[in-house]
Amino acid sequence: MATQGIEQPHIQQPPGRKPSGSRRKPTDASLLTPFVFLAPYLLLFIVFIVIPAVFGIWISLHVWDPLLIAKPWVGLQNYTDLFSSNSTTAGPFWNSMEATGKFTLYSVPLLVVIPLVVALILNQQIRGIQFFRAMYFAPYVLGVAVIGVLWRFLLDPNVGLVNYYLGVLGLEKVPWITALPWAWVSLVGATVWWTLGFNAVIYLAGLQDIDPELYNAAKVDGANRWQRFVNVTLPGLRPVLLFVVTVTILASANMFGQSYIITKGAPGEETTTAIMYIAETGLQQFNMGAAAAMSYVLALALLIVSVVNFAVFRNRGD
Amino acid sequence: MAQTTPSAQTKPTRRDPRQVARLILPYTLLILLTVVFVAPLLWMLSTSLKPNFQTTQFPPNWIPQDFSGEGYSTILTTTTQNPVLRWFINSLVAATAHAALVLVTASMAAYALARMNFRGKNILFALIISTLFIPQFVFLMPNYLIVDSLGWLDTLLAVIVPSAAGAFGVFFLRQFYLSLPQELEEAALIDGANRYQIFLRIILPISKAPLATLAVLSFLTSWNDFLWPVYVLLSPQNYTLPPGLSVLQGAYNTNYTVIMAGGVLASVPVLILYLFAQRYIIQGVSRSGLKG
Repeated sequence: MATQGIEQPHIQQPPGRKPSGSRRKPTDASLLTPFVFLAPYLLLFIVFIVIPAVFGIWISLHVWDPLLIAKPWVGLQNYTDLFSSNSTTAGPFWNSMEATGKFTLYSVPLLVVIPLVVALILNQQIRGIQFFRAMYFAPYVLGVAVIGVLWRFLLDPNVGLVNYYLGVLGLEKVPWITALPWAWVSLVGATVWWTLGFNAVIYLAGLQDIDPELYNAAKVDGANRWQRFVNVTLPGLRPVLLFVVTVTILASANMFGQSYIITKGAPGEETTTAIMYIAETGLQQFNMGAAAAMSYVLALALLIVSVVNFAVFRNRGD
Repeated sequence: MAQTTPSAQTKPTRRDPRQVARLILPYTLLILLTVVFVAPLLWMLSTSLKPNFQTTQFPPNWIPQDFSGEGYSTILTTTTQNPVLRWFINSLVAATAHAALVLVTASMAAYALARMNFRGKNILFALIISTLFIPQFVFLMPNYLIVDSLGWLDTLLAVIVPSAAGAFGVFFLRQFYLSLPQELEEAALIDGANRYQIFLRIILPISKAPLATLAVLSFLTSWNDFLWPVYVLLSPQNYTLPPGLSVLQGAYNTNYTVIMAGGVLASVPVLILYLFAQRYIIQGVSRSGLKG
């Protein structure tokens, strides 16, 4: 809360550099000074963000193989190919888009709801909250490569711990890696385990920002727990909720490592995600023009989802 | 204030048995969850300390029957195909250099954007911030070609430098600099200090906490980065640990003690960092959440 008010006094400074203003504003001895401070970052920013932002579009308009000298201009063909039935890339690309879509659809609701429940439990006056919070967040500091090889081992159909304990409970072995829908259950489960703590920490900070007086007032009015949750907690969390949903959708759309390591895209190409297919097309087969075009189509899909997401949250606010 | 509200009267004392009963459920849940989060990590550690033939014996031994350094000695001595120790050093160098580069460039740029006046400042800041909303995968192809043309392909520079161009550090530090009182610089300016002296002697020393947060977050991101190193680091001696682990998994297939030893090696530095910098990491994450 406090952080948002901080900006105000500085923004109100007059934009001009007139010396006639108050003496309160430190004047810069040299016009160059700000530039000197900005230069190192701007160099990185221009070379690795501004130039690629434009260059990427340029690549997508060519047949671009870095190993060949000729990079013929093809206009929008890399894009139209993705929508034509007789191109070799359209089929696998849309399959991979579907895989990413499924993963997003399965994982986002779980990663929005479960961490909220965990944060609500932690936010009661519970002792050791720091300890539990630290434990739940721990998997998140590990990389996808570590949690990938770990879960590949745990979920191994024959020697994995998960199937062993299912056996102890009298259940049959599950083909976690090699069959549907189990491969999705595995990927979503491992991802929830990995990133739940991240969302919970964000929720918890949001919950602690809600004014306790609001709860007291609701209690005085006779509101029960559920009514307090619906009328105080949820409205207070709305910006945090929007952030969590947005970030989780973005992370799901970027899903790569889990499939790459745990299922290797199997069974068939069912769990080959869009990023996997784009990276393979562009950086392994060096069909970079097509891959660049695909990445823009994926970005556009993501943009549409985000716009819908924002619109839903805004309507709820009215 | 709480004492004056009616709710204070219903505030239960510690001994109230009803209150104790009400706490049983949440604590049971919390402890169960702790097991869910910690057990897989313990299994990784335990497996890495067993002789390989015992890694797939059931019922499982959570504490190894026989302790064995087989897994670790294998990964630390193979040098040609899977030089794991080399990957570890590469990861350490890359993540440290990346964090340092982010700190230097972002702290300077954020200072100019927060505390100086110059033409086009707001437009420039808006431009930088707007790139936070571009999904990273859009840069995959062009940055691969740029890194290639710089001659950085298959070198650690490819994993150190391009990712430092992200706008998060600038955004994060600018927010902190804006919160500092204007008087800090005024006094120094009257004393004749210039901007560089103020930055080095006043601003940086009081920014230790946000700088530490940014350093730790940058280190973690770089240490764990997977997709980009898989495609830009090509020869085994140049891998960092994440692409290395995935190669190790293929090479050692069912030798779980070796694979889990690799996993432990990749986890220990970040878990130690987490142990000591937990507050910075969690605050950094939750604060970035509230901004959104």
